[in-house]
Amino acid sequence: MNWLSKPASDTQITHSNRLWLYLLAAVIMLLLVIPTFIVVPMSFSDAQYLEFPPEKWSLRWYQEYFGSVKWMRATSTSLKVGLLTMLVATPLGTMAAYALFVSGHRIARALFVVLITPMIVPVILIAIGAFYVYGRTGLNNSIIGLVLAHTAMATPLVMIVITASLRSYDLNQELVARSLGANRFTAFMSITLPQIKFSVITAALLSFLTSFDEVIISIFVSGGVNATLTKHMFAALRDYIDPTIAAISTIMVFISTLLLLIVQWIGSRQKS
Amino acid sequence: MTVVADNTATNANALIRQRRREEWSVLSLAIPAALIIAFVVLLPVGWLFYLSFIGDDGQGTLEHYRKMIEYKSYYRVFITTFKVSILTTLICLALGYPLAYFLAQLPPRWAGFFMLAVLLPFWTSLLVRTYAWLVLLQRKGLLNEFAIDIGLWETPVKLVHNLTGTLIGMAHIMLPFLVLPLYNAMKKIDRDLMHAAANLGARPINAFWQIYFPLTMPGLVAGSLIVFVLCLGFYVTPAVLGGGRVVMVSTQITSILENQFNWGAASSLGVVLLVATIAVLFIAGRVFKLESALFGKG
Repeated sequence: MNWLSKPASDTQITHSNRLWLYLLAAVIMLLLVIPTFIVVPMSFSDAQYLEFPPEKWSLRWYQEYFGSVKWMRATSTSLKVGLLTMLVATPLGTMAAYALFVSGHRIARALFVVLITPMIVPVILIAIGAFYVYGRTGLNNSIIGLVLAHTAMATPLVMIVITASLRSYDLNQELVARSLGANRFTAFMSITLPQIKFSVITAALLSFLTSFDEVIISIFVSGGVNATLTKHMFAALRDYIDPTIAAISTIMVFISTLLLLIVQWIGSRQKS
Repeated sequence: MTVVADNTATNANALIRQRRREEWSVLSLAIPAALIIAFVVLLPVGWLFYLSFIGDDGQGTLEHYRKMIEYKSYYRVFITTFKVSILTTLICLALGYPLAYFLAQLPPRWAGFFMLAVLLPFWTSLLVRTYAWLVLLQRKGLLNEFAIDIGLWETPVKLVHNLTGTLIGMAHIMLPFLVLPLYNAMKKIDRDLMHAAANLGARPINAFWQIYFPLTMPGLVAGSLIVFVLCLGFYVTPAVLGGGRVVMVSTQITSILENQFNWGAASSLGVVLLVATIAVLFIAGRVFKLESALFGKG
């Protein structure tokens, strides 16, 4: 089987001409993936300082993590805020995406600009600004404050996902339903939503992850009993390296890999 | 006759009114999200803008902005920020283009599999990845040991808590932001164009540079812009991997707040950062339609 001499592209390039590209791509992909997964073996190390590969294996950092009030409390805060953000950002972002998609009004354009500001304004500015305003409204160190800020960050992402799926969907179906007597809400819920549901699920998972992984705003506006996991992790990374982080990181990598695979699976179902 | 005409007019008016009401009720769906963003983003940023013009004595002043021009230290912070952002974007371009090209040429099944190499880091917490680099790059880390083993250098090289470490970490975090739009642009290219070029006798390298590469420009520009703008305001990775030696605008803002609690000075830096970001996006948006790359509008 002489695969190497077969044409590899639409021009006359063969696979053997392309070997350099395959090698380069392989190296780049390894560089992308290794740092994502290196934390897994590290977390099972027995050493106090970081070493790779570990000489002795143990579960001590997991014990440390699950046994620590500080880390457990932070994990529960992060999960709570992530879930609440998901529950708020997904419907609000979907509604906004729908409104802007359907309406051609001048005001829709202005609303669009408002709704994408969280993507344009540097996050550090949002963080210190929210810290300042929350200081005046008593929202610092509160769950509500975190959820509001993370919802603002997640909404544009939800909108991107939903807008993309609305574009590949024929909105006239809704018109048909409405001409048959359904109001817009019923038409959306019974005709449109079932057809874009996979994108809604994707958007929901994305907004959970946006909140769960968010660092900068959390550093500023969370604290006390409501400090997030990322806030403690950041402090631990900047000041001293606590190997417990490897265990926590492994759990976080597991969660994001799981969510990504779900989304990929949804995507492949959507296509078929 | 007149009665009928009147009725038509009333009907038309009623229809217009109903249409308007309809329009507004649709638009109002975007209001809750817009309100939250207004409260968390617009109001605070507006407030910081105001604070940046307030001096220590509570009077209106331009002193914070004047200091930025007069003091060398501020100047250096901006230079560092731009240097790091430009270098990171260039590294991402150099690595991202071949990777996106490789992925775009694969049959769909394989592309989906190898795409995971881009998506997995993209979905993984940047804190986790920054931590991983901290470990990989340290004096006795995997990278140093590997390089010594294969004879690249003899004694451990300092790879972290400096510019090198910051650039490596930031490029790793930003690469997916470049590869994804670029890949989408490459996928949209009509394959017949390359067939035609080959048929007309173009050598593969000419076909690539004259046909393929120009068509990937929209994705290339959109991706690089996203990377560049995200780099301008980046905080976590420079703070951890830079180890205090790479002072970017964002890290400077936090240290001013932590050490001096000077809201005016911190705000003015933030305002300049915002203005720089908007300027880059505005100019780019004029030249290339960035919005259409993200939302498919326009």
